[in-house]
Amino acid sequence: MEEIHKHFLNNNRRNFLKKAGLGIGGLALGSMLDPFGADNNIDPFSSLKNDLNLPHFAPKAKRIIYLFQSGGPSQLDLFDYKPKLNQLRGSELPKSVRDGQRLTGMTSGQNNFPLVGSNYNFKQYGESRAWVSELMPYVGKIADELCFVKSMHTEAINHDPAITFFQTGSQQPGRPSMGSWMSYGLGSLNNNMPSFVVLLSNGTGRPKGQPLYSRLWGNGFLSSLHQGVQFRSAKDPVLYLKNPDGVTAQERRKMLDYLAELNHQQEASFGDPEISSRIAQYEMAYRMQTSVPETMDISDEPDHILQMYGPDAQKPGTYAANCIQARRLIEKDVRFVQLYHMGWDQHENLPNQIKGQSSDVDQPTAALIMDLKQRGLLEDTLVVWGGEFGRTNYCQGALSETNYGRDHHPRSFTVFMAGAGIKPGFSYGETDDLGYNIVKDPVHVHDLQATILNQFGVDHTKMIYKHQGRRFRLTDVSGNVIKDLLT
Amino acid sequence: MNKNIGNNLLYFLIPLFGILIFKYFSSKPSVDQISIDYNSIQNIENNLTNVAFQKVNFNFDVKPILSDKCYTCHGPDEKARKANLRLDIEGGFYSALEDNPNHFVIDQNSPNESEILKRINSQNSNYVMPPPESNLKLTNKEKLILKKWVLQGGKWEPHWSYTKPKLPELPEIYIENWAYNEIDFFIANKLESKGMSPSKIEEKEILIRRAYFDLIGLPPSLEEIDNFISDSSDNAYESIIDDLLESKSYGERMASIWMDLSRYGDSHGYQDDQERIMWPWRDWVIHAYNSNMPYYKFITWQMAGDMLPNATKEQILASGFNRNHKITQEGGVVPEEYRVEYVADRTVTSAKIMMGLTVECARCHTHKYDPISHDEFFSFYSFFNNVDEDGLIGYGDTAPKPNLTINANDIKNDLPFVNLPDSINDVTLMVMKETENLRNTYVLNRGSYDSPTRLVKPSTPEIILKFDEQKYSSNRIGLSKWFFDKDNPLTSRVTVNRLWQQFFGIGIVATPGDFGSQGNKPFNPELLDWLAYTFQNKDNWDTKKFIKRIVMSSTYKQSSKVKKENRLMDSDNTYLANYPRQKLSAEMIRDNALSTSGMLVQKIGGPSVKPMQPPNLWNEVTGGGGGSLAFYVQDSGDNLYRRSLYTFWKRTVPPPSMMIFDAPTRDFCAPVRQKTSTPLQSLALMNDPQYQLAAENLSESIFNEKISIDEKIIKLYRTVTGRTPIENELIKLKEYLNEVKNLNTIDDQKAFNSLTVLVYNLDETTQKS
Repeated sequence: MEEIHKHFLNNNRRNFLKKAGLGIGGLALGSMLDPFGADNNIDPFSSLKNDLNLPHFAPKAKRIIYLFQSGGPSQLDLFDYKPKLNQLRGSELPKSVRDGQRLTGMTSGQNNFPLVGSNYNFKQYGESRAWVSELMPYVGKIADELCFVKSMHTEAINHDPAITFFQTGSQQPGRPSMGSWMSYGLGSLNNNMPSFVVLLSNGTGRPKGQPLYSRLWGNGFLSSLHQGVQFRSAKDPVLYLKNPDGVTAQERRKMLDYLAELNHQQEASFGDPEISSRIAQYEMAYRMQTSVPETMDISDEPDHILQMYGPDAQKPGTYAANCIQARRLIEKDVRFVQLYHMGWDQHENLPNQIKGQSSDVDQPTAALIMDLKQRGLLEDTLVVWGGEFGRTNYCQGALSETNYGRDHHPRSFTVFMAGAGIKPGFSYGETDDLGYNIVKDPVHVHDLQATILNQFGVDHTKMIYKHQGRRFRLTDVSGNVIKDLLT
Repeated sequence: MNKNIGNNLLYFLIPLFGILIFKYFSSKPSVDQISIDYNSIQNIENNLTNVAFQKVNFNFDVKPILSDKCYTCHGPDEKARKANLRLDIEGGFYSALEDNPNHFVIDQNSPNESEILKRINSQNSNYVMPPPESNLKLTNKEKLILKKWVLQGGKWEPHWSYTKPKLPELPEIYIENWAYNEIDFFIANKLESKGMSPSKIEEKEILIRRAYFDLIGLPPSLEEIDNFISDSSDNAYESIIDDLLESKSYGERMASIWMDLSRYGDSHGYQDDQERIMWPWRDWVIHAYNSNMPYYKFITWQMAGDMLPNATKEQILASGFNRNHKITQEGGVVPEEYRVEYVADRTVTSAKIMMGLTVECARCHTHKYDPISHDEFFSFYSFFNNVDEDGLIGYGDTAPKPNLTINANDIKNDLPFVNLPDSINDVTLMVMKETENLRNTYVLNRGSYDSPTRLVKPSTPEIILKFDEQKYSSNRIGLSKWFFDKDNPLTSRVTVNRLWQQFFGIGIVATPGDFGSQGNKPFNPELLDWLAYTFQNKDNWDTKKFIKRIVMSSTYKQSSKVKKENRLMDSDNTYLANYPRQKLSAEMIRDNALSTSGMLVQKIGGPSVKPMQPPNLWNEVTGGGGGSLAFYVQDSGDNLYRRSLYTFWKRTVPPPSMMIFDAPTRDFCAPVRQKTSTPLQSLALMNDPQYQLAAENLSESIFNEKISIDEKIIKLYRTVTGRTPIENELIKLKEYLNEVKNLNTIDDQKAFNSLTVLVYNLDETTQKS
């Protein structure tokens, strides 16, 4: 008898803890933040209640802004300076350099692969003497804040699998995106905003280029609490956020009060413990109705700040406007802000397209980083800039005096980072003189992901989620933290 | 002590005279008569003391530990195997260790000397298992179970789901006047063995709403509720069930679940994600369910309809199932790379639906946990590798080859269920067809399209049931026969489990897509086997008959109110001491609003529709190649109010009204949906114009009736939730009405509309109680 009694007691206690950990605690960890957290004074770095025991070690980063350049920016026209390519312009890419690299269906039929350097001039900036093209003068000016990784490489050569790979660690859809992983592992830093927010903009380089897919910010097999929430420049920045015309905030408040009361009666009658968490979600929704528009409303931004971000700063939905939003979201302690800027897929007419595209992002990107810095936020906010792959050193289509195109190139490309314990004024990795192969310090996509997680105090091999019997992680089965990138 | 009720007479009588009430068991249980069956407690992390006096069960207690913590290195995958030791087969445990011939994993002569015990308890990091670098750890409880098992003889058993289900005897139960059919005996027995008891039958108004949603996906009307309440005849409930099973809406409800499994979509899914046409196949699924096509036929036609002798257009149409996977239009790809993806998708989808196994793991290497070799994956794959298809399709191709054109004449004569709009004369969709010269299938190294190795022939995982080439042809017809071979241990179990999940939210096996080593164990294995055996051998795969069995059971009909004393012992309600309250599905939530507001347009089938959704969601992410799907062009008229299963599914931007409420993306086969609560759901219910419109419609019609305000409120509440509000609730609702009126100085009708929005947002509205 005693044993049985003990069993019941234990079971009861265990289940209570389990509820606390997975029910309420699970919510606490959600992207949609902790509905109970308002007066909890949460310290997200010490009091998370899940099995992951995160963080694994002291974090450098609390928040991240990922400036995703969708389509694959040409590293050869922006950051990876290869004068030799200009010298050899028009001559054939040696077979030995290509070394069996698979081509996309867009150039696999080409008879020749004429090398082409950039039409744009490069110069060295700052004490770090980083080479940056004239397409990115503002970024050049802050080169000493940046850490360039010139030896990125990926496994995929086409957009859909490559961008999915970058965001989820797998080429085939179905896994959670990086922001969802962070929301799952580290939880929310605030209690009135989602912890994973997505902002989209369309570039002027190639306005009708590559599409995006909402699964890129999807939660995969993690709870949908961890999905990225798209903040849009539309009337409703978050879907269904705005009260219908004629419904006042007071009326809503009243409705929620009665709703809670009636639902609590239900709880008493059915004994369904999930009811209280659903009541909490209504409260969270209500708080978002205020907090989201407040954050999105930039009317309180002073002129000198707006000017810093450039002429598009006040045009909703542009990259510049999204950079300001990103900073505002970071100030609200949103953990993961994911921007996507479309239009980098410049197969032809590249010199012209990349000019517009670069001017979309150059000034706002630099402004964002410096703005974070002047507010003391860059210390624990990581900024990452880059696309899903690079572009070829040979011309796609006809090469002329002034014009060329470039195909997808997975073997080498450049990303840069700033803040949160990443070495400033530093350049890592090298490609060969023709900018085709990496000759020093390759960094795989999983390495970059591992390094990003590392800055959050996360051992990427230990942040796992068991799904269908298998332990999944963002970096799948590989990835090494690139220690040389860290301060 | 009590009577054995496993007698054959009863066994026959129960299904035949369903209303028979059992009065055979008069003895009341006392606590010391209850044997606690800890062995089958699903979650083994209960407490340490249990194990000390329990007989450990290999399949339920030991195997899950071995699988989860040891198989990565000592499992089926020979390439990952360490020390040439495997713990997934019997031999591994008892033979001498390769590097230490005097030692045995299990030393049957001196069990305490067993290597397994020394290793798991070692403090030496070079010696302990699992090794620290694996990031795997055994809990004390797990170590204790392994020790207990070894000391009890360390007996190995084959995996539970790979042995054919036998018909278990009906267990004895104590509770009187509760059980209705066999299901209830298994459920009550298990509950009683754990010191719990089932719940009384649910109140009528709640029960009828439950059955309506489960069987047809729609709520009952007030009139239907009232008729049921006032019908005091013995078969009142049964006649409702019979009506629902005959309702055309039944097929729609069943199809919406099948669409998740078959990853149905109206777009191709990759990159520019252009439109595809597959809706006639969806119409066929609805028709097949409504005409109660036996499950074996339902599957065989979908697997191999195109290959059947003198295949009819209907059979070929059904084979479209295997073309629902995504297809790429991205210019740069190597076509063969994607063709391999499509074949793999068919392989994985069929395996998941029919076998409940995660065969996808064996695409790159032999499965780490289950006995499915790399070669076996590709043998299974080869059934689906002969389709006359292209890896890369062109823009604007809505039905890439092989395809089938159905014209108005076909529909008139043979396919009346295909709802072809008057404006078009024919429709072409994708179907299956074998190439003239069958492809050789090779094992692909790491699953990669450009790394063929060994040649394999069509076959199935041997551990389940040998693919006897004398018996089955080496093609999709043979495969279908293999699925339905009377000796196949998985098909019936996996199927009844999924049907169970439809009604109880969680399957008897909580992982409907994984019946392997890493999957959950059935919480009631005898019930699962009884259901599987019965569905296969007695019901002859008659789905409606099987479903009726479930919904007629007292287990299904019992109250959803949680009894405190049960909650202490089983807080998750695993053993079903009450009916598990569940959130309505995305489709049901929207359909409930449409139906209760009188807006629902009940029309079966036809091209998918584009109801209201926030503007610009598609074009925001569309590139240059979106084609007809670049912009979301909202429909008008009736199409705005069709049932949600007809909502157009663009895979890269799925409909928010569905996604917010946990619908899967349809990128691949989804045997289970998440059940979450998020603030986005609250926002949608409060502010989505569709719900606003529903509220306006309903409030206007009730408000204008010539009845008292109390009657109006009651009618509103009942219409939306199915339940009559109690006094206290009525008072609150009235109070709100007055407060909101004063707050906004609005007229009575507007205030009533506000109240209607509130009622649509009640927890009870979106729950199935």
